[in-house]
Amino acid sequence: MRIAFFATCLADTLFPEAAKATVRLLERLGHEVVFPPEQTCCGQMHINTGYQKEALPLVKRYATTFDRYDVIVVPSGSCAGSIRHQHSMVASAYGEAGLAARSESVAARTYELSELLIDVLKIEDVGAYYPHRVTYHPTCHSLRMTRVGDKPLRLLRQVRGLDLVELPAAEQCCGFGGTFSIKNAETSTAMLADKMTNIVSTGADVCTAGDTSCLMHIGGGLSRLKTGVRTVHLAEILASTEYA
Amino acid sequence: MTTFLGMPATAPRGVGHLRGDQTFPRAARDALQNSQLRRNLRHATTTIRGKSGRVIAELPDWQLLRDAGSGIKTDVMSRLPELLEQLEERVVAVGGVVHWAADANEANTIVTELVKATGSDRVIKVKSMATQEIGLNEALEAAGITPVETDLAELIVQLGDDKPSHILVPAIHRNRSEIREIFLRAMPGVDPALTDDPPVLAAAARRYLRETFLSTRVAVSGANFAIAETGTLGVVESEGNGRMCLTLPDTLITVMGIEKVLPSWRDLEVFLQLLPRASTGERMNPYTTMWTGVTPGDGPQNFHLVLLDNGRSAVLADTVGRSALHCIRCSACLNVCPVYERTGGHSYGSVYPGPIGAVLSPQLTGVADNASLPFASSLCGACFDACPVKIDIPSLLVHLRNQVPHAAVEKAAMAAAARIMDSPRWYASAQRAAKMARIAGRRGRGLPPPLSGWTAGRDLPEFPKQTFRDWWAQRTDAPAATRASGSSGGPSGSSGGAAAASGGPSAGSGDRSEAPDGTRSEREDGR
Repeated sequence: MRIAFFATCLADTLFPEAAKATVRLLERLGHEVVFPPEQTCCGQMHINTGYQKEALPLVKRYATTFDRYDVIVVPSGSCAGSIRHQHSMVASAYGEAGLAARSESVAARTYELSELLIDVLKIEDVGAYYPHRVTYHPTCHSLRMTRVGDKPLRLLRQVRGLDLVELPAAEQCCGFGGTFSIKNAETSTAMLADKMTNIVSTGADVCTAGDTSCLMHIGGGLSRLKTGVRTVHLAEILASTEYA
Repeated sequence: MTTFLGMPATAPRGVGHLRGDQTFPRAARDALQNSQLRRNLRHATTTIRGKSGRVIAELPDWQLLRDAGSGIKTDVMSRLPELLEQLEERVVAVGGVVHWAADANEANTIVTELVKATGSDRVIKVKSMATQEIGLNEALEAAGITPVETDLAELIVQLGDDKPSHILVPAIHRNRSEIREIFLRAMPGVDPALTDDPPVLAAAARRYLRETFLSTRVAVSGANFAIAETGTLGVVESEGNGRMCLTLPDTLITVMGIEKVLPSWRDLEVFLQLLPRASTGERMNPYTTMWTGVTPGDGPQNFHLVLLDNGRSAVLADTVGRSALHCIRCSACLNVCPVYERTGGHSYGSVYPGPIGAVLSPQLTGVADNASLPFASSLCGACFDACPVKIDIPSLLVHLRNQVPHAAVEKAAMAAAARIMDSPRWYASAQRAAKMARIAGRRGRGLPPPLSGWTAGRDLPEFPKQTFRDWWAQRTDAPAATRASGSSGGPSGSSGGAAAASGGPSAGSGDRSEAPDGTRSEREDGR
């Protein structure tokens, strides 16, 4: 299958390993990955911070860039959620009915990685090997906006060598929330502290999730506390094999 | 000729409790440093979450009930004027008197005059958020009338000269030794040998309240529901003190937000299931009191209904924001909110704390007066899932954030970021510039304000040697088919220098209908 890849601005800029892993994984599964380079950012940060007008060109850019593809994959439940639930809303709010319709159409073809694998490609065992003790943090937007449900867990359970441990209070927010972690930094830090306590309590070496943003936040905290627990994007685990 | 009456007014300043005197982040700072408060809150919210979750799981049709509740509320908002007129007509027909209060000041004046007319210098109150919202107690006291709260938690808050910090559990932030001290200090006729044993404390409150119930002839209540079809008012509660207020006095004055009206008696079947399970985690609330006008020789002989606007029409005028008026004050959103759990209710500066307060208070006051509240959320969405009437609070927060006045510096930065993000070439340049700045300087620790709050508790990730798009442009390990289609982005859409230098996918296949530069100029033309 020919799959267009939306890397997200954060993975493209700061976490290219997550983006590369997505590409390698899909190619290993025999699919053709296309990266339209005119893509940049979904505009979620602007939308969620109260700058919908500024986000409008980014909404337009996403629709224009990806409209010609049948299947688009995003290694982020948060960006997928924004594309699905916010793009047409922003377009409508600024009187762009045509764009709103196009955004809805593109959004319907946009999948978060675990959704693409399970719902579209119908595969749970991607042939990965990852010999680590791993705990999974279901990010709020993956869970409650994109509704990926237990799909990431189903994929992780098939990974050879992987010891999956349950995260206590997994569904509680890590406190990132985009600019929330700047505007309400102290509250965000208090939320992060509890999340880290729960992660460390599992004894996992690795905390994984489907969003680089939350992983950046959690990873930044775990690093500061020198816990030794690493954060790794779900795609990187799924892309790992015994040979690479 | 038409007369322009202007937009509906928001709640007036200087009266009531909808505005805090500090921004949310500032107020939250104090709460975050109070570890006892955080423990109390966590214990209380975790307990009630568990209880509520269990009784909700018993109902196979919970989602359908939520849909029904949401549907009824949407219908109510779409024909609110008509329903209110019907309610007025029915209440008058069954012997009540209806008053319309445009705002807090009018409502306070109406109630104060009604109490004065009875000659009583004391009123008993059944817990009512609407009267807290308008500051009725302060208005009554200013007129020489003593209001006595009869909900136990409200009484603790009142005697402690405190503010409620939770919709359902207003004294959630107090422990029993504090309550004992409050009673000893402020409860008339209390036994000086009072201990902090909960049954002893409850007995002291009961004795005081019984005396008050039997000697006070005027009551002020709120209302959970009003039925337009029959003119019936309803209050649900757990202690029975509310029923005392609603049945013992000669005069009953109910202050109700106009959004509380329901079309028909039948609608109660939905809300009397939704409210207790979402709210207290009970299958049914212990006391449901309904009254329809006056009945000679039984219950209050004078009934007044004050219909309070106080900004609600302004909320209604916003077709998106109006869904905040669907709220049935169950507090489910508070109990699941990770922000509320750590900051407590007082941080919100309003009688409506938590996620619903973060969207309701700014709308009632006008967003400029409560501009920090829509940002008091990480948009985690737990509130939306918990809401028994399916208020999409995260979307409302985003909607309100788009209306608040932004700081000039932030505005400039966000506009610049958006412009850069709308150009793949500038975007790639910015990626490189950021990387260079990082290598030259701070290396992950310490960012300038307002970003310094982030790096105070977290390390920034190291910048990678290569962005993904540079890797893509230079990769040599890709399957042939992928490399060919990778070039379909068009000449100017590639990542600039790196791609060109590497002989990467810079020769576009031209299958795009719209070049990136074309998109950009189209946007600029549009401005």
